[in-house]
Amino acid sequence: MASSEWELVCGLEVHVHLKTRTKMFCRCALEYGAAENTHTCPICLAHPGALPVPNGRAIEMTILLGLALDCEIADRAVFARKNYFYPDLPKGYQISQYEAPLCGPGRFKLPDGYEVGIVRAHLEEDAAKTVHAGGATGRSVGADYSLVDFNRGGTPLLEIVGAPDLRTPEQAVWFLRHLRQRIVDLGISDAEMEKGTLRADVNVSVRRRGEEGFRPRWEIKNMNSFTFIGRAIAAAFEEQKKAHEAGEEVVQSTYDYEPDTDRLTVHRSKEEADDYRYFPEPDLVPVEPPAELVERLKHELPESHVERIVRIAGELPPDTALALAEELVMTGNDWKAVALNKEGVEFMPAAAIAMNRGDFLLENAPALAKIVEANVTREALDEAFAAAASGPIDAADYLAQAAVADESELRPIIDAVIAANPEQVETYRGGKEGVLGFLVGQVMRESGGKADPRVVNRLLAERLRQE
Amino acid sequence: MIDTLRLTAEGAKDLLERKEISGAELFAAYRAAIGERDEELHCFLHVCDDPGGDGLPIAVKDVIGTKGIPTTAGSKILEGYIPVYDSTVVARLKEHGLRILGKTNTDEFAMGSSTENSAFGPSHNPWDPSRVPGGSGGGSAAAVSAGMAPWALGSDTGGSIKQPSALCGNVGLRPTYGTVSRYGVVAFASSLDQVGPVARNVRDCAFLYSILAGRDPCDSTTVELPRPVELPTAEDVKGLRIGVPKELNEAEGIEPGVSAAVQAAIAKLEELGAEVAECSLPLSVEYGVACYYLIAPAEASSNLARYDGVRYGYRAAAEERLEMYERTRSEGFGDEPKRRIMVGTYALSAGYYDAYYGQAQKVRTVIKREHDALFETFDALVSPTSPTVAFPLGARTADPIAMYLCDLLTIPSCMAGLPGLNVPCGLSEGLPVGLQLVGPQFGENTLFRIGHALEQALGFDVVPERLR
Repeated sequence: MASSEWELVCGLEVHVHLKTRTKMFCRCALEYGAAENTHTCPICLAHPGALPVPNGRAIEMTILLGLALDCEIADRAVFARKNYFYPDLPKGYQISQYEAPLCGPGRFKLPDGYEVGIVRAHLEEDAAKTVHAGGATGRSVGADYSLVDFNRGGTPLLEIVGAPDLRTPEQAVWFLRHLRQRIVDLGISDAEMEKGTLRADVNVSVRRRGEEGFRPRWEIKNMNSFTFIGRAIAAAFEEQKKAHEAGEEVVQSTYDYEPDTDRLTVHRSKEEADDYRYFPEPDLVPVEPPAELVERLKHELPESHVERIVRIAGELPPDTALALAEELVMTGNDWKAVALNKEGVEFMPAAAIAMNRGDFLLENAPALAKIVEANVTREALDEAFAAAASGPIDAADYLAQAAVADESELRPIIDAVIAANPEQVETYRGGKEGVLGFLVGQVMRESGGKADPRVVNRLLAERLRQE
Repeated sequence: MIDTLRLTAEGAKDLLERKEISGAELFAAYRAAIGERDEELHCFLHVCDDPGGDGLPIAVKDVIGTKGIPTTAGSKILEGYIPVYDSTVVARLKEHGLRILGKTNTDEFAMGSSTENSAFGPSHNPWDPSRVPGGSGGGSAAAVSAGMAPWALGSDTGGSIKQPSALCGNVGLRPTYGTVSRYGVVAFASSLDQVGPVARNVRDCAFLYSILAGRDPCDSTTVELPRPVELPTAEDVKGLRIGVPKELNEAEGIEPGVSAAVQAAIAKLEELGAEVAECSLPLSVEYGVACYYLIAPAEASSNLARYDGVRYGYRAAAEERLEMYERTRSEGFGDEPKRRIMVGTYALSAGYYDAYYGQAQKVRTVIKREHDALFETFDALVSPTSPTVAFPLGARTADPIAMYLCDLLTIPSCMAGLPGLNVPCGLSEGLPVGLQLVGPQFGENTLFRIGHALEQALGFDVVPERLR
């Protein structure tokens, strides 16, 4: 059976560090990059008798996020203990929420209107950081010794569980980018993957289009970039499709993504079985958010950037509207679009800004609009924008350098590139559509940078689909 | 000459205020008593030097954290552990100028009814050193009865203040859950643990409670007292309605001598003006102990997870992490904590949670409702505190269930979160018998009033005969 009949079933579990001044259950300061074990106290080191006191601001931030995701806000949320042994978990349990999370079912709308369900969002504390030293692998197995830095231990951690509504790796990454943007706009987290203040675990399974229910899923952990997340999902999708088609059993398990090899490896699990013996945390009383608080937070909600994208897209030429509006908003350039609109300038310059061309003098907008519309070469655009940042420009100086959009001129170059890169072509046809970018790049190079990339993209894709 | 066996805290405070004695003299007197008797009774795990000042001395159960003073909870796994902070209750003692005499013996992690589960050896009953002082707070109770401290702090999960006070013949209060901070107190079962006072009489007990009680921002489960603590003065109990739950008074295993002393005290309460009537707590008594022995071990299994050898306390030498955990915990914990960790882990496990822990929580609600219903009619309930007088050391160590039944009469009200006061009410076979008064939530003042009146009327001599 053709592989196109398989559909991806993907859901994300997103963890973000909340940007509170102090930890979740004690008043130790949160400071990224501080010297090891300088922000600790009897509570976050779990000394005998120490008791947690919840951080009220973290609870408010969680409710704010819940409101932004259209979640039901619980009248009564209950903290629970998740029990397991690990040196970075000083109490031997993590305080989390289990049966009664602060935020119940909600949804998140992507700019194209696609709705991703939110199963729940809850508040918990992060574990400390273990560093394995010595040995060959840098992992706990084979290490000479391990050290724990408790500065991170007890950081308020918000876990957002997304529904398995994502259908392509690109969509999953898209969802994560927009969710991240929303979180950043809410001011509740920096949500930076490099710093570990945003982490995402991915659940992937596949099924036949039209099939009800779910097949066994893989949970993929420890990815530290959007790109790797997309690749990991694509890799899992491919492997599972192959396994199902070969009649092999797909076993539910946890994987790590190895970016160097673009492969998934079975996660070296903690030795304990996964029975966390959850029970309501007896050291804390249930959280009952007062109605006035929820009302106040509703008023504090900033406008959704997704709504802004949709609004700006409504004023752009329809074929590229959404992509442009999205690029503008996500790069923080939508204020320029608004400013240009006030100047009575057509929105095409926005397209250019969207290409992250940086700042230019507003008076150059009409000229830039003409240049962009004229589809000039990349070099010409670069020159125009560089000049437009410092003084007035004349569109005529650049218009002569039009990009090659003539299909009859481009076709021979494309054929040559395809002939010269049989391996990449095979990879593409095998389903890894990511290599298209590489091939487009080759064509651009062959054309001396003069080809119109949009046309090249289309032609290449058409050509590759022909056997 | 200060007679520490007879001096009450209130009396000592008077002497200090009138400057008839100095703080240093007073502290020294108790230190001398400890020097004289503790070799035999083994109430203290650690004795402190006089920190100076003019306040009263006090003994503190070793599950209660004291900054700079070793706190072991009676366990080898915490041997040598010195807290870096004071528990809230100890901070409050210090704010009132009280000075810590030392840390008293306890069953390991407060798990037991005789102090025989202490990793550092049992304490002995001052009335008869061949017998247990009760537990887990046997060290505090015996220290007060033996004149080694004017008063002491205990902690009670299922009877660890009330039962030793009964067996040693003094006054102990388990407060309403949530009125005394647990911050800094080594946790056994968080939803049940309460710190409370042990004293030579009811007024001292009430005064110490007034120092301890009140909301603590460091313990989310605490509340402010709705009414201030009143030191009892009345010698009658006119107008008070006292219920006699028949299941608590007729339970199998109550010794005839205990029953007789309690009956006599109940008759005395009637003479003092109380309206006394029989009542019933059928479900609480039938299911209380079983329910307790699911909930308390479940919470304990989680609370004791932090003793892993990583950050403080005992650590066994090992090649790698899991081996270190296993050896640390198997060498550091005694049999009783291990037993409860296993039972509790089981009760919380996937597939068993609903049948055990979940079900026990439901039963707990039933127990609470059953008690609440009685307090619509009664101001207090009365029964023996312990089914027996102090038993010989070793008599029950081989049979955990027999040991668990020591708390048969104290557990139901603990499960309901209610206050209970032990007042000595007589002797049986030459050993003290304790009367348990249980009140509604925040009903401590009523318990103090009844206890005080009874104490005056009975004239029980709290000094052990052999020490008089």
